[in-house]
Amino acid sequence: MPLGLGCSARPGRAKDNRTGSWRVFWPRFDHSKCSKCGMCQTLCPEGCISEDGEGTFQPDLTYCKGCGICAEECPGGAIQMEKEEK
Amino acid sequence: MRELRIHGRGGQGSVTAAELIAVAAFEGGVYAQAFPAFGVERRGAPVQAFVRFSDKKIRLRSQVYEPDYVIVQDSTLIGDVNVFSGMKPGAVAIVNTERPLTRQVPSEITLITLDATGIALEVLGLPITNTTLMGAFAAATGEITTSALEDAIRARFSGDLATKNIEAARRAESLVKGVA
Amino acid sequence: MMEITEGSHAVAHAVKLCRPQVIAAYPITPQTHIVEALAGMAADGEIDCEYITVESEFSALSACLGASAAGSRVYSATTSQGLALMFEVCFNVAGLRLPVVMTIANRALGAPLSIWNDQQDSISLRDSGWLQFYAEDNQEAADLHYLAYRVAEDHRVLLPAFVCFDGFVLSHTYEPVNVASQEEIDRFLPPFQPPQRLDSKDPISMGMYATPEYYMEFRYETDAAMHRANAVIQEAGMAFDEIFGRNYCGLTESYRLDDAETVFIAMGSICGTVKDAIDQMRDEGEKVGLLRIRCFRPFPLEEVRAALRNAAVVAVLDRNISLGSRGAVVLEVRDALYGSGVKVLGYIIGLGGRDVTKADIRKVAQLAKSGEGDLFYGLRREVL
Repeated sequence: MPLGLGCSARPGRAKDNRTGSWRVFWPRFDHSKCSKCGMCQTLCPEGCISEDGEGTFQPDLTYCKGCGICAEECPGGAIQMEKEEK
Repeated sequence: MRELRIHGRGGQGSVTAAELIAVAAFEGGVYAQAFPAFGVERRGAPVQAFVRFSDKKIRLRSQVYEPDYVIVQDSTLIGDVNVFSGMKPGAVAIVNTERPLTRQVPSEITLITLDATGIALEVLGLPITNTTLMGAFAAATGEITTSALEDAIRARFSGDLATKNIEAARRAESLVKGVA
Repeated sequence: MMEITEGSHAVAHAVKLCRPQVIAAYPITPQTHIVEALAGMAADGEIDCEYITVESEFSALSACLGASAAGSRVYSATTSQGLALMFEVCFNVAGLRLPVVMTIANRALGAPLSIWNDQQDSISLRDSGWLQFYAEDNQEAADLHYLAYRVAEDHRVLLPAFVCFDGFVLSHTYEPVNVASQEEIDRFLPPFQPPQRLDSKDPISMGMYATPEYYMEFRYETDAAMHRANAVIQEAGMAFDEIFGRNYCGLTESYRLDDAETVFIAMGSICGTVKDAIDQMRDEGEKVGLLRIRCFRPFPLEEVRAALRNAAVVAVLDRNISLGSRGAVVLEVRDALYGSGVKVLGYIIGLGGRDVTKADIRKVAQLAKSGEGDLFYGLRREVL
């Protein structure tokens, strides 16, 4: 691909990059312990956690890299990282 | 090429005087160049400004060391700065002073003294002597005409201020013409 | 039409005629009169542009960068410490290939604090990818702005440009300048046609991350654009000459060079004094001449080599110093003349506003003839 003038390029889309395949551990959400604080959604570096309509939250495993920040930060211990069976 | 050096203190309008003299000379049909040499940027600090007059384009950019003309806006500078330095024989020095100069003045130059501060205070109500001394310069040297000087003053100042500055220049001019 | 005007005002007027769409600048001595005048014109509606007031030079050039990336013709002006504060942004503007034009009212760099003239400030941005033009007088200071925009915006170049003129010595000098009309400038300088621009409806990213697989190629392309500018400057100079009858066809100017044995090389306003000194020395039978560098970046290597072919000794006057080495110009000239057998001597002169007279130039000629050089000229030994 030739160089763009001044290192310029058409922007790509993060959605095209399906980072879920990078994951070793996946976050299991236990809604019975969820206080609906939304900290997991705020702190997720991929922005792949969304509210599910009931006030509780779900990760989009197509993009979740399994970094574990949500589990580390969840004040109620509602998220557990578990080895993923592939 | 003829060269003028103006000695003054920050706030006395030396730089403006140099500019207006250059503008008037240019209007009179010669090439002219005016530029300042600031010391520290502070009111009251010694300031020099220079003007060159020539029939050809002026390329020289150095300061003026061997002037044909010197204007001293403030005689208290004479103790601090050698205002007559490098003056050519027959050169003209115009010094603003109330009293005769006690300092040694080079014998081969023409010295003109006048109380420009007195004129400026009377006409402008301010001790800013540049336009007064420009009138004296026009009369003493013939480098600029009175009408070109008045045009230059009118282009720089507006309304009453222009009128008063022209009046101050005219007074000095007739005073010096009487002497010369 | 000839008018007598202050250098800064001649520059401000020239900038106005270039129809900049965005101006962002921060006032600093001795550049202040330029931006003061332009701010006045913008406020009075004499110039149809967005004048962005900023809190620092870093912000000024950053605003210019953004505005230029959005496709506007952009202007700024600064000097000395102000330019130093822009250092990072200067490299970005060039790397993004944005044709910003900026006036440098050349001034020494602190410490120690100095408001007076030398060329250390722009020379210190030598490697940043900006074209660098140096004016000898205020006519040229005005004219070089028209030329700079035309060259910078040419799609073969697309690089930013400094128009350098000596602080105080030119910026605060009243002298006659032939003032161009808007119609003439419109004929010479077409509107800016950006090859790409930031547009939210058609987004692009500019200045992205270049990994080691790409970075060198970007630098190579920017350097190639700088070299292409050489021919574009000559083309623009010829077009300028046709309209205005003032010749900027070369990147250098030769003065009484044909049979000259001792040749001065210098940049900026000092060249006027050198020319007067040369006339004096010529009258006395000395074969002296001047090669004035008008464009320092790109450096006119071939022009310099050709012009100095027959010289016996070359005296380079540098109003800057690369501490621990030499003046920036003498290094370039030595490179140009490598292997030619022409003797090249450097003189650091006129730093921090030290006045340079015709007598100084004559003394340098004597030193050069006797083979003495590579020194600071005119040091006051008594204070060392």
